Amino acid sequence: MKNLKKKFRFRIHLKSKHLLVIMTFFCVSAIIATLASGVSSTPVKEIAGMIVVPFEKSIAAIGSWLTDMNQTFREKEELIAQNKELQSAVDSLTEQNNILIQDQAELARLEELYELNEEYSDYPKVAARIIAKDPGNWYDTFMINRGSNDGIRVNNNVIAGKGLVGIVTEVGSTWATVRSIIDDSSNVSAMTVSTDDTCVIEGDLELIDEGKLRFSQLYDREDKVSVGERIVTSNISEKYVEGLFIGYVSAIELDTNNLTKTGTIVTPVDFQHLKDVFVITVNKEDAIQGGAES
Amino acid sequence: MKSKIVLFFTIIACFLLQSTLIHTIAIGSITPNLLLILCVSMGLMRGRKSGMWTGFFCGVLTDLFFGSVLGFYAMVYMFAGFLSGYTYRIYYDDDLKVPMLLTAVMDLFYNLAVYGLQFLLRGRLGLFTYLYRIIIPEIVYTVFLTVIVYRIFYQINHRFMNPVRKESESIWVLK
Repeated sequence: MKNLKKKFRFRIHLKSKHLLVIMTFFCVSAIIATLASGVSSTPVKEIAGMIVVPFEKSIAAIGSWLTDMNQTFREKEELIAQNKELQSAVDSLTEQNNILIQDQAELARLEELYELNEEYSDYPKVAARIIAKDPGNWYDTFMINRGSNDGIRVNNNVIAGKGLVGIVTEVGSTWATVRSIIDDSSNVSAMTVSTDDTCVIEGDLELIDEGKLRFSQLYDREDKVSVGERIVTSNISEKYVEGLFIGYVSAIELDTNNLTKTGTIVTPVDFQHLKDVFVITVNKEDAIQGGAES
Repeated sequence: MKSKIVLFFTIIACFLLQSTLIHTIAIGSITPNLLLILCVSMGLMRGRKSGMWTGFFCGVLTDLFFGSVLGFYAMVYMFAGFLSGYTYRIYYDDDLKVPMLLTAVMDLFYNLAVYGLQFLLRGRLGLFTYLYRIIIPEIVYTVFLTVIVYRIFYQINHRFMNPVRKESESIWVLK
């Protein structure tokens, strides 16, 4: 009896170790399977999404409701004080408005020049709200509340009001995950607006605090690209549709090979406080095929 | 069975909190790692096997929704849970100092694993930048959160879960 008991204990003791080895093998084989042969885990994701996403959506909804409530209260108190300020502001605003009208005319002219306006509004877009963010601190991916039911597919580009935000990497029926361009593993093929020189934009965790991205492999022999140059997604990119605004060049320097240049760019998107985004439901491949047909 | 169901819901709840509400208390865009605290607490309170399974499921959830490869976070969290399970028999679980220290060590292990396997292999050599910018702030913040959250996990374990037979998991029994 004592022997048996000892045996029983021995078995259980071994089991936890063996279990660890077995599960480690399982994990390693899962890693290899997804890395090497591209085995899709979509069915599992779909099931897990069915459990988790509704909760995330409701938490996000409650969060925004609370923010709204908070704002309403604050607004009520400030309303009276603001009213006085607003009266005086009206005069100065009228003056500013005149300037803005002038600016608008200039903007229209510039947009015509870049042909950006047309392309942005041409793409069909779906508005989406961010419902969850990457749990760790190493990467910058987030989940949005629209999925394949709303016409979102993998490799769709995501923009926020001012510029490019990222790309859809996974899609469920009611959710999708987006990898932002400031993520350390993100690479975007881009070009300068004035000279059409191509370069590669990489996310860099070391620059994330400053809201900057790194660019490299810019071939600019005549030194035409300077600080303040606009960078947009390039025409040769496979995944990003052409002409989406990424940012302005903030620093530039010649590489040691004396041929290419690297530097940093500033993005206009506030990634820390991003809440609503637009998903462009056209992929680059469709754009190419559509162009061939017409 | 009852404890398994409770554990399942605790993991889901922690994952939901981690991916949504935790971001609102982020300081300097650094968020504490609630899932790791759960793995370490379960390892400390219920032994290696429980710690391991908790870690595995926390990791799988992270992998499914935010990971680049399936199985990576599952493995890291699993080892964190398993290793903290070694303290199960040595220390009492009603003292706050042990889980604090353990969380710090396991968070360091977790972050170094992420850095070593996903960043170093892509040629990002600036370990010290990452150390000062991400790893150390995260450890400090996670340890701070442990102080608050460990009591809750302790209550969940003692009120809603079946007690584990201490002998079966002990490393001293066979020696």
